[in-house]
Amino acid sequence: MTDLQMTRPLFSVRDLEKRYGARIGCTGVSFDLYPGEVMGIVGESGSGKSTLLGCLAGHMAPDAGTIAYDGRDVLAMSEPERRRMARTDWAFVHQNPRDGLRLSVSAGGNVGERLMAVGGRNYGKIRDTATDWLGRVEIAADRIDDRPSAFSGGMQQRLQIARNLVTGPRLVFMDEPTGGLDVSVQARLLDLIRGLVRRMGLSAIVVTHDLAVVRLLADRLMVMKGGRVIEAGLTDQVLDDPQHAYTQLLVSSVLQV
Amino acid sequence: MTDQAYNFAYLDEDTKRMIRRAILKGVAIPGYQVPFASREMPMPYGWGTGGVQVTAACLTPEDTLKVIDQGADDTTNAVSIRRFFQRTADVAVTEHTRDATLIQTRHRIPEEPLTEDQIMVFQVPIPEPLRFLEPRETETRKMHELSDYGLMHVKLYEDIAKNGHIATAYDYPVMVEEHYVMSPSPIPRFDNPKLDRSPALMLFGAGREQRIYALPPYTKVRSLDFEDHPFEASKADHACDLCGAEDSYLDEVIVDDAGGRMFVCSDTDHCAGRRAAGHVGRLGAGTEDVK
Ligand SMILES: Nc1ncnc2c1ncn2[C@@H]1O[C@H](COP(=O)(O)OP(=O)(O)OP(=O)(O)O)[C@@H](O)[C@H]1O
Ligand SMILES: [Mg+2]
Repeated sequence: MTDLQMTRPLFSVRDLEKRYGARIGCTGVSFDLYPGEVMGIVGESGSGKSTLLGCLAGHMAPDAGTIAYDGRDVLAMSEPERRRMARTDWAFVHQNPRDGLRLSVSAGGNVGERLMAVGGRNYGKIRDTATDWLGRVEIAADRIDDRPSAFSGGMQQRLQIARNLVTGPRLVFMDEPTGGLDVSVQARLLDLIRGLVRRMGLSAIVVTHDLAVVRLLADRLMVMKGGRVIEAGLTDQVLDDPQHAYTQLLVSSVLQV
Repeated sequence: MTDQAYNFAYLDEDTKRMIRRAILKGVAIPGYQVPFASREMPMPYGWGTGGVQVTAACLTPEDTLKVIDQGADDTTNAVSIRRFFQRTADVAVTEHTRDATLIQTRHRIPEEPLTEDQIMVFQVPIPEPLRFLEPRETETRKMHELSDYGLMHVKLYEDIAKNGHIATAYDYPVMVEEHYVMSPSPIPRFDNPKLDRSPALMLFGAGREQRIYALPPYTKVRSLDFEDHPFEASKADHACDLCGAEDSYLDEVIVDDAGGRMFVCSDTDHCAGRRAAGHVGRLGAGTEDVK
């Protein structure tokens, strides 16, 4: 038993299922996520990763199962409660920064939005906090009034991360956070994410195609296929000693998903 | 004489009932935008068809109507709307704020304090204050429902970041009864305090966007701001050159080819009333017809 497992899980999922008509999006998904733990979800295209993440983050309603956050039944919450929690305790980093940013609003405004959404009403303080966060994601302070449409893809993604983490959430959902970026940019971004997650003690659920991403970020791993979790465990264990034939294929250099 | 081809105030009774229901709903939920089935009016949208429909639904034969545009009663828009109701409803009209029971307006709230016996009708081009930042109607509706207005402050934040102060001069967003954020229509922010706890019923009609909303008398209306950038009901730092008023909203008027200019009350009725009572501004003597 590890130290983590002696504390109460932050996020508990049981028998989650989402269908699109007759087609399975995901089914029978259960897991516990402990405070400060990062879980990776890998699997081929169409295996149900985004569907699962969408259900977990409250973007879509599952057809069956339960989700508890910090002991509270998420699916039984009223919409206002869930939205409030989603903008204080949770964060969601989209694969495409354009989905997670307001492109017509300055970098400072993007970072400040969540502060204002939770009641921040002091312009000077909001600006100081935004400046500080731009620094943390390695964006120069003098870009604070520029619009993200003038930023590179990597900068946009870092801005999206700052915008999400500025209110100090406890749980972060990420869907392919490094997808669509150049390899060198990916590596730097991963490093940055890892540093922030560790320093802030965040719990995170990270969906990715990329086994390098999970190896670097994730404490634990779930492998999905056809909407089901076919293998789960500590990242190193699963990657170094895969049990399921599909996982073996996945980690062998033969199959690059 | 009422033109016999039309029902009283142009709209048929069913339509007026439908609009009144929307108004009542708006009054019951101050600041909430009520959808309504806007009708074609015999004037283009930019001419205040939303306000005209609300006025038509509220008018009674006993009413006295005042119509203002940019504070004045004699601009083309104001004149044509006033004539429209004279012709279709045969109501009395006035230019005096005090004598009016219903005032349809674009851009201004009169300087003279309103009373419980009056209704203000505002012409609204864009009723949704969140529209420029969030184009999705489903999202803005959610934000209103949940009073989730961080985004509205983002707009003010951007304003300060760009200009060093809140530069929004018109259509300055307000919070109604600490629930709904509302567009006050393109009145100058100088007029915003007049919305707060006004004794008059205030109705807002947007024709093209098909929305009606309302502030019942004595509704609490607060202009949004930041602690370190508080709301200010600013105006030009002058007195009216005609009547000397120091506390009324002023228009800047070019008076000659040499770049000469003067400041005059935008509320022409207010200015004329003061001059009739003997007040004289810097250029007040002999410039009666400058506006
Ligand atoms: N909106 C939808 N309507 C119908 N079927 C859908 C919808 N979204 C996803 N699916 C189906 O659900 C299954 C899981 O899809 P999902 O997008 O969750 O996979 P994924 O693992 O995220 O794939 P990718 O790696 O390509 O992003 C697939 O069979 C997919 O075709
Ligand atoms: Mg996906």
